[in-house]
Amino acid sequence: MTSLALTHAKFQLLETARIPIALFGSAFFPAAAMLAFVVPFVGDNAEYATFATASMITFSVMSTNLFQHGVGVSEDRAQPWDPYMRTLPAGALPRFAGRILSGLTLMFVSLIPVVLIAAFLTEATLTSAQFLLTAATVVVIAIPFILMGLAIGYSMPQKAAVVVAQLLFFPLAFLGGLMTGPGMAPGIVEDIAPYLPTGGAARLMWAAVGDFPYDFGSIAALVGWIIALGWVAVWAYRRDEGRRFS
Amino acid sequence: MILARALDVTRRYGDNLALDSVTFEVESGELVGLLGPNGAGKSTLVNLLTGIRRPTSGTVELLGGDPRLPQSRRHLGVTPQETGLPGSLRVGEVVDFVSAHYDKPLPKAELLDRFGLTELVRRQTGGLSGGEKRRVAVALAFVGRPRIVFLDEPTTGLDVQARRFLWDGIRAFQAEGGTVVLTSHYLEEIEALARRVVVIGGGRVLADDTVDAVRGLVAVHRVSLSLADSLPDLPGIAGAERDGDRLHLLTADADRLVRDLVAYEVPFKDLEVRPTSLEEAFLTITEDRAPATAIARAA
Repeated sequence: MTSLALTHAKFQLLETARIPIALFGSAFFPAAAMLAFVVPFVGDNAEYATFATASMITFSVMSTNLFQHGVGVSEDRAQPWDPYMRTLPAGALPRFAGRILSGLTLMFVSLIPVVLIAAFLTEATLTSAQFLLTAATVVVIAIPFILMGLAIGYSMPQKAAVVVAQLLFFPLAFLGGLMTGPGMAPGIVEDIAPYLPTGGAARLMWAAVGDFPYDFGSIAALVGWIIALGWVAVWAYRRDEGRRFS
Repeated sequence: MILARALDVTRRYGDNLALDSVTFEVESGELVGLLGPNGAGKSTLVNLLTGIRRPTSGTVELLGGDPRLPQSRRHLGVTPQETGLPGSLRVGEVVDFVSAHYDKPLPKAELLDRFGLTELVRRQTGGLSGGEKRRVAVALAFVGRPRIVFLDEPTTGLDVQARRFLWDGIRAFQAEGGTVVLTSHYLEEIEALARRVVVIGGGRVLADDTVDAVRGLVAVHRVSLSLADSLPDLPGIAGAERDGDRLHLLTADADRLVRDLVAYEVPFKDLEVRPTSLEEAFLTITEDRAPATAIARAA
């Protein structure tokens, strides 16, 4: 079962790698945003650069998962290959686990340029303990966005999924305070950001990379988002299965 | 021994009745043709037997178990739709991927050789021709050394040589004890391979017999003639199709129809009487369930 999940992940990665522009796209925007905004404006200040890099990583985690799973799943559902795979002697789990694994792999690949730019072109700095804590935090904050992507992917046709993912990701990034440093956003954003999945995720990241305090109201809201999005994702998956396969 | 069974199976999609209390069994070693037009219910039946869908009522069994359980599908082979092959993967990679799901898959080289795909192994499936994709799709059904395969129109769109090659492969599989369920509305295919034909129309099994018997069952002749005027209302016409001046009539009693045409002084020209093809036999069987005009339009 585990090896089959790895097989599914391997072939999904292979399919993505054959169309390198897809890989390039998910790595390009966070890297370009780093070069355009972080390096020139806060690159000289170690504290600001570190927080800004953490925001950019959060942004990248959100966008790769939202598109990977939202658009990717709805695309797969439209392919006749999907029902064929259901005749192979394996349940839905290896496929599902393989998708999450390949999604996480692509996410980390798309983060490499951001981390390299932060390390070499800015004063951003982390201790190795902080680096490990941050890497673990990245996996945790990926969860709500993976679930959000799956909820979109399993509930909508392909064209709608692309539009919804695009419509969601910019407001979520702005209102979650990812475009500004900690405590520097306009008032309304400062008020609601902690309770949005993006804001909650960014606060966890800031706490991991610097001396930003853990905000338990925000963490509770993030847990609430994970439960709610998980529920929607499972509902959409079952509904889709029932409609096409029951 | 029965390898696949549907017992009094009904399947609805909302208000639409796709299968209406169908009972169907496949014995070990058989080569069965499932014949029917699109929407007749044959793909629904296959989807139930291969675990893709669940019946609304009734029971389905595959290799002694519920086809929805993965372990029941360990000795099942199915052809994917060739349009669905993952386009960016190479032929060899698709075979590897499918092989990973089975305990004792056929060695890749042997499979590729058997289906004449050795030269295509490094090609991406998205760049293959329709016929090449079709051969890959059929080969995938045999990857896991199946005891039973469901082949959906395996040779439609292939040239004569490739078609004969695949037919030989399917016959060889059956000769070694394999069981084949072939779905098609491409009739030469079923006539060439199957001894038993199950005709499905309107969600029901309309006939289940040998190819010869299904043809003999209806003994339909096609009477073609040129006629500018409209035809008088003659008895015994099961279907009619007009192609410009040319009129094609399906009938169980061609002699009587010809005598009637003469007796009514119908001013026909270029009379032609041909024995039935399986397709025409099939149209006549389904005719009981559909108005003749619908058949004339579909023909």
